[in-house]
Amino acid sequence: MTEPTDAINVLAEDIPSPGEKFYPSFEPTPELETEAREYVAMYPEGRELSAVLPIIHMVQEKFGFICARSIPWIAEMCKSTPIHVAGVVSFYPGIRRKCPGKWHIRVCHTIACAMSGGEDLLKFICEKIGVNPEEMTEAEPMAVSADGLWSIEAVECLAHCGFGPNVMVNDTLHSQVTPEKMDEILEEYRRRD
Amino acid sequence: MSEITYKPGHEPHPRETRRIFRNIDRVGYTPSIKSFLADGGYEALKKALAMEPAAVIDEVKKSGLRGRGGAGFPTGVKWTFIPKGNTKPVYLVCNCDESEPGTFKDRFIVHQDPHQLIEGMVIACYAVQAHYAIIYMREEFPEAAKIMKKALKEAEKNGFVGKNIQGTGYDLKIILHRGAGAYICGEETGLINSIEGVRPYPRIKPPFFPAAIGLYGCPTIVNNVESLCQVRQVLLRGGEAYASEGAQRSPGTRIIGVSGDVKKPGYYEIISGSITYGELLYDLCGGPKEGHTFKAIIPGGASAKVMRCDEVLTGRNPDGSVRKMSIFDVPMDLDSIAAHGSMSGSGGVIVMDDSRSMPEMLRNLNRFFTWESCGQCTPCREGNPWMLKLSTRICEGKASPEDVDLLKSVADNICGRTVCAFGEACSWPVQAFTTKFREEFLALTKPINAFKPHNPESAEARKYITRED
Amino acid sequence: MSFEQPILPKDAAAAEGKVNVQINGTWYRFPKGTRIADACNSVGVHVPCFCYHPKLSVAGSCRMCLVEQGMPPRLAPGATPTYNEDGYQTIQWMPRAVVACANTVAENMGIRTNGTVCTQARRAVLEFLLTNHPLDCPICDQAGECKLQEYTADYGSPTHRFTEAKIKKGKHIEIGPRVNLDQERCVLCRRCVRFMKEIVGEEVLGVVGRGGHNAIACYPGKTLDSNYSMNVVDICPVGAMTSRDFRFRMRVWFLKSTPTIDVNCGTGTNIFVWSREQQVYRITPRQNDEVNSCWMPDDHRLNYKYINSERRLLTPLMKTDAQAPQRAAAWEPVIKAVAEQLRLCSPAQTAFIVSARLTNEELFLAGNLARLLGVEALDIVPRHDEADDMLISSDRNPNSVGAQIVLHKDGSTLDNIRRSIKLGKIRNLVVLGEDVTAEAGISAGQLAKLDYLLVVDHTESATTEAADVVLPGVTFAEKYGTMVNVAGRIQRLSRAIAPLGGARADWEILAALLRECCGDLPEAAAHATSAQKVLDVMAKQIKELNGVSWLSVGNQGQQIIDTGVSIPLIERERARK
Repeated sequence: MTEPTDAINVLAEDIPSPGEKFYPSFEPTPELETEAREYVAMYPEGRELSAVLPIIHMVQEKFGFICARSIPWIAEMCKSTPIHVAGVVSFYPGIRRKCPGKWHIRVCHTIACAMSGGEDLLKFICEKIGVNPEEMTEAEPMAVSADGLWSIEAVECLAHCGFGPNVMVNDTLHSQVTPEKMDEILEEYRRRD
Repeated sequence: MSEITYKPGHEPHPRETRRIFRNIDRVGYTPSIKSFLADGGYEALKKALAMEPAAVIDEVKKSGLRGRGGAGFPTGVKWTFIPKGNTKPVYLVCNCDESEPGTFKDRFIVHQDPHQLIEGMVIACYAVQAHYAIIYMREEFPEAAKIMKKALKEAEKNGFVGKNIQGTGYDLKIILHRGAGAYICGEETGLINSIEGVRPYPRIKPPFFPAAIGLYGCPTIVNNVESLCQVRQVLLRGGEAYASEGAQRSPGTRIIGVSGDVKKPGYYEIISGSITYGELLYDLCGGPKEGHTFKAIIPGGASAKVMRCDEVLTGRNPDGSVRKMSIFDVPMDLDSIAAHGSMSGSGGVIVMDDSRSMPEMLRNLNRFFTWESCGQCTPCREGNPWMLKLSTRICEGKASPEDVDLLKSVADNICGRTVCAFGEACSWPVQAFTTKFREEFLALTKPINAFKPHNPESAEARKYITRED
Repeated sequence: MSFEQPILPKDAAAAEGKVNVQINGTWYRFPKGTRIADACNSVGVHVPCFCYHPKLSVAGSCRMCLVEQGMPPRLAPGATPTYNEDGYQTIQWMPRAVVACANTVAENMGIRTNGTVCTQARRAVLEFLLTNHPLDCPICDQAGECKLQEYTADYGSPTHRFTEAKIKKGKHIEIGPRVNLDQERCVLCRRCVRFMKEIVGEEVLGVVGRGGHNAIACYPGKTLDSNYSMNVVDICPVGAMTSRDFRFRMRVWFLKSTPTIDVNCGTGTNIFVWSREQQVYRITPRQNDEVNSCWMPDDHRLNYKYINSERRLLTPLMKTDAQAPQRAAAWEPVIKAVAEQLRLCSPAQTAFIVSARLTNEELFLAGNLARLLGVEALDIVPRHDEADDMLISSDRNPNSVGAQIVLHKDGSTLDNIRRSIKLGKIRNLVVLGEDVTAEAGISAGQLAKLDYLLVVDHTESATTEAADVVLPGVTFAEKYGTMVNVAGRIQRLSRAIAPLGGARADWEILAALLRECCGDLPEAAAHATSAQKVLDVMAKQIKELNGVSWLSVGNQGQQIIDTGVSIPLIERERARK
C-alpha cells in the first residue's frame, strides 16, 4: 500500500539527492533573468506563458532539477503563478523534481526495448551503479546512487525502437546496449569524471 | 544525381526507394546546409516561392499527400481549413514529438538531414501564409535540438528563413520549442497547449481541427515531420507525378520502422503499397529469428490493434471475388490494413515471435498508456490504471478467467468516450490482445483467484472472516 | 392539381433564429448556439454533469454528459434532401456518444438519452469515477447533495467490479481558512480551478501531477483565502471541497432551505438559509443572474451566527421608572404603555432613527407612526464602506434605496437629529433596528439623558441597555418583507425560522403600536395583518411601487427603478457573453 501523498506538501519540499554536489544550487541571478527574457522574446508578444517550458529546461540544465525555490521565480519570469508552474512541472516526466546524478541514465522499457532486454538491462545497470531498483517508484521514478555520480530512471519510448535496448546517458543515446556494452559505457563515463 | 554511398551495414534494400531517407546514413553527408545544398536543397522552396500560395496548396492537394503522423489526413485539405477571410495570424507547428512506440523515423530526419524539414516547413508556411512557425521537438532529442537550432541559423543566414526570404518579401520566423517527455503532446491540441505553456491537456472537439482555432486562438496547421518533408517531395516532383506513384489513395513513399523479433529490424523507405507485410518481414527484414516463427504483428505503432500471423483474413480480388489471405498478403499502404480492423498509423511495425507471452506484451503497453495518460478526462484517467492492475494480475497468475473479460470490458468502456484519440489508443491494444490471444490470457488464470482479495484493505478485512492457510 | 407548398419546420425555426431538435423522440425549438446540455435540461430531459457549469468555461472532461446524437445523412453532391410528412429529415444516429456540454444544437439534430449508447456511457463513466473514490459517504459532508451519489442512484451500476488497490491521495487538507480539501473524493472536474481563475481572477488553485495522480492543489505558502473561496464548496459536485464552518455540523437532508436575500450590503445577494427547527446552520448563494449570478462573498455567508446568538432579545423589557432596571414584561401591556407614552411626547421634542436594514414594509409603518404622532425628525443611519468590485456594494445597508422610495430619507438629516439630541432639544427617541451608539454616533451618555428611549431591535446593544422600553424584533431570517437593492430591484425576504422566543417581527410590532397609538386606524395599520398586505397598501400609495405585489416580486425580484448603479460582477458576466 502506498502512503497517502499530499500533493501540496510534495510541491513544498525538495527531495534530498546525493547528486546535488555536482550541480550549483539555484540562484536567481540577473544573468539568469536575462536569459529567461530571451526565451520570452521568442514568442509572440503577450505570450510570456509559452516560455515556461524553455525556462524550465534552462533551469534544469543549469541546476539539475526544478527545486521548490525556483518555481516562484519561473512563474515571475513568464508572468504566471507558482501553482500554474507547479502544475506544468509536475505533469511532464522530463522535468525533474529531484536532483539527478552527474550522469543521468534513462533506460527505455517500452515494448520494443523491453523485447530486446530493456528490463533486464535496467536491473543490470542498477546493480552496477549501486542502486536498489525498488527505489524507482511511480511517484519518484528516478533513483540516485549514494555517491551522486549516477542516477537511473526507466523511461517510455525513446523513438529508436528498431535498435533496442536504448539507453540515454545525459544527452547521448546508446543503442543495442548489451550488458557488456553497458559496462564499457559506464566505464567511459567514469573515466570522464 | 551522383551515386550515393551509405555507411556499411546501412545500405538500403533493393526494394526500397529512398527519398526522404535519401541522405540518412550516407557517407560524407552532414546536417550542415552545405551538404544539403550540394544535394539540391532548397530548390523546391525556390519553386514554391515562384508560385502563388494558393497554387502551392493546390499542388499538394493534387498530390494526394496524406499526413504521416498516424491519422493519414490529406495534408492539402487540412491546409484549406483555415477559415475564409481570416484576419488573425496563421501559425504552423511541426509535430516532432515522435513518441508512438514502434515509430522511429522523424528522429533520423532531424538528426541527420534537418534542412530537409526546414525547407518543407518554409514551403508549407508560405502556402498557408504563416509568418511564425514552431518546431515542437520532444525532450528526448536533445542532440537534435542543437542540430536543428544550428540548421535554422544557417538557413536564416542563407536567406531561406527569416525576413524577406529569397527576396520575395515573404517573412517567416521559425523557433524550436522543446517538449518535456509527454506522449500526449503528440496529440495536436495537447501539443498546442504545451506551446501555450499550460498543462498539455488535449482540447475538446469541436473544433476538430486547430486550423479553425488553434495556437493562441488563431488558425494553426500542425503537420508531422515526415509530412512536411513529403511536401518538399511534392514540390520537387510535381503534384500529379507524386500522385501517380504508389497506392492510389496514399501515394508517395512511406518510412516503415520495424522493431521486435526479426533478423534485421530498422527503417525502410518504400513506395506506398509496393510491398506486402510478408515481403517486408521476410525479404527486407530477413524473416524471423533462427528457430522461431512469427506470431503477431502490431502494424502501426503501439496503439494499433495487434494482428495474429495465423489470422485468416478475407480479401477481394480485382474481379470482386473473395479470397482467403493472411496479414502477410496485405499491402503496405495507409488503408489496406484498416480494412482488416487495424491501422497502418505512423508506420511502426512491431513484430512478436512464438517466444513472446502476449499478456506480458499487453502489460507493457498498459504500463505505457497508464504512465502517459494526461488524466484530464475520466475514462482514460481511471481506466488505464485499472487495466494495468488487471493485466499485471493476469501476468502474475493472480487473476481469474472473469478478469480477462473484465479487462476487455474496461477497454470497451474507455473507447470512444474520451476527449482525444488516446482513449482509442489505449483501449485498442487491450481489445485486440484479449480477443485474439484469449487462450493465452486464460491459461494464466485460475478460477479460485476470484475469491482472493486483490487490495490491501480487502486482505486486511479477510483476516477477520476467514482463516489464512 | 395544386397544393400550397407547406413551410418546412426548418424554415419556420430559422425565421425566429432557432433550430429544430429532436430530444428523446419529441421535436423542440431552441435558439441557435444553445448547448445540448442546456437544451435537454430546459425540456426536462436530465443531463448529468460534473464539470459543466453554465457560468464557467467548458472543460468537457468529466464525460458524464455523453448523449447519443444524430444528424441528417450527409448528402451526395447535387442531391436534394428528403423530408418526412412532418417536414423533418431522417436522423442518422452516430455510434459514439458526444458530450452535451461542449456541443451546441443544430437544425434537425437528434438527441437520445434513453438508448443504450447513452446509458452505457453514463454507467461506464460513473464506474470509472468510483474506482478510486474512497466511498466514504457515511461520513462525508456532501452526502445528500453529492452528484456522484445522485447519479449513481440514477444511472449507476448495482455491482462493483473494481477490486484492485485504490490510488491514495491527500485528505482533509486545510486549503484555505474556510475550505477543506479531500483529494481522494475529487472527480477532477476543475470547477474550483476555473472559478478562481475566471470569476475571482486569482489563480490560486491548480491541478498538479499526472494521469491517475492528478490532484487539485494550492501552491505551498498560498491559501485559498479569497473572500469568495466558499463558492468552490457550492460548485464542487462532490465532497472534495467542504466548508470548514459547516462540516460535521448537520446532515443536509435534515435541513430546510428557504429562499431569501442577504442583508449585509445593498447588493441583496440571493441566498438560501438552511435551517433545522429554530437553528440556522448555513447560508448558500441562490442563482439570480441580475444580482449575484451564482456566487456570494464569504463574510456575508458566514454572518449568520447572530441569529441564534445568546445575546438575542427574546422578551419585551421595560423600566418602571427612569432609575429602575429593565424588567421583562408581557407584550400587550408594554404596547399599551408605549403607545400611551408616545402620545404624551411632544412631537417637536421627539425623533425617530430607523434602520435601512429594515424592510420596506417596516419603514413604511415606521413612517406612518411618526407622521401620526406629528414627529418630523426621522432618518436612517447611512453605512458606507469600500466596495470590492465584485458583489459587495459600498452601501452596507441592504435597503437604502427602499428607504428613499418609502420615506424619502437618505441619512442626510441624521446630523441634525444627533445635534438636537446633544443640545437637549430632542427629549424622546424611537430607535428601530439600530445601535445608535455605533455608526449614528450618539453616545451612551447622551442616551441616558433622554426622557424616553424606545428601542426595537433583535440583539442586545448599548442602545438597548439605555432604553426605557425594549421591544424584541427579529433578524432577517425570521420575517417576511421586501427590500430594494442598489440597482433598484425589489426583492423578497422570506422567513426561514419562526421568531425566536417571545420576539416578534418588526412590522408586527410597528403595526401594533400604530393600532394602539391612533384611534382612527389609518389604512396601513388596518391592513397590516401581514407584510404582504402592507406591501399591497404601499403599492397603491407609492408611485415606484405601483403594480408591485408579493407575487410579482417572486423569488427573482423585480426591477422597479433605475438607479444607475450596477453590480461589477454581473457587468463582467454580461460582457463575457
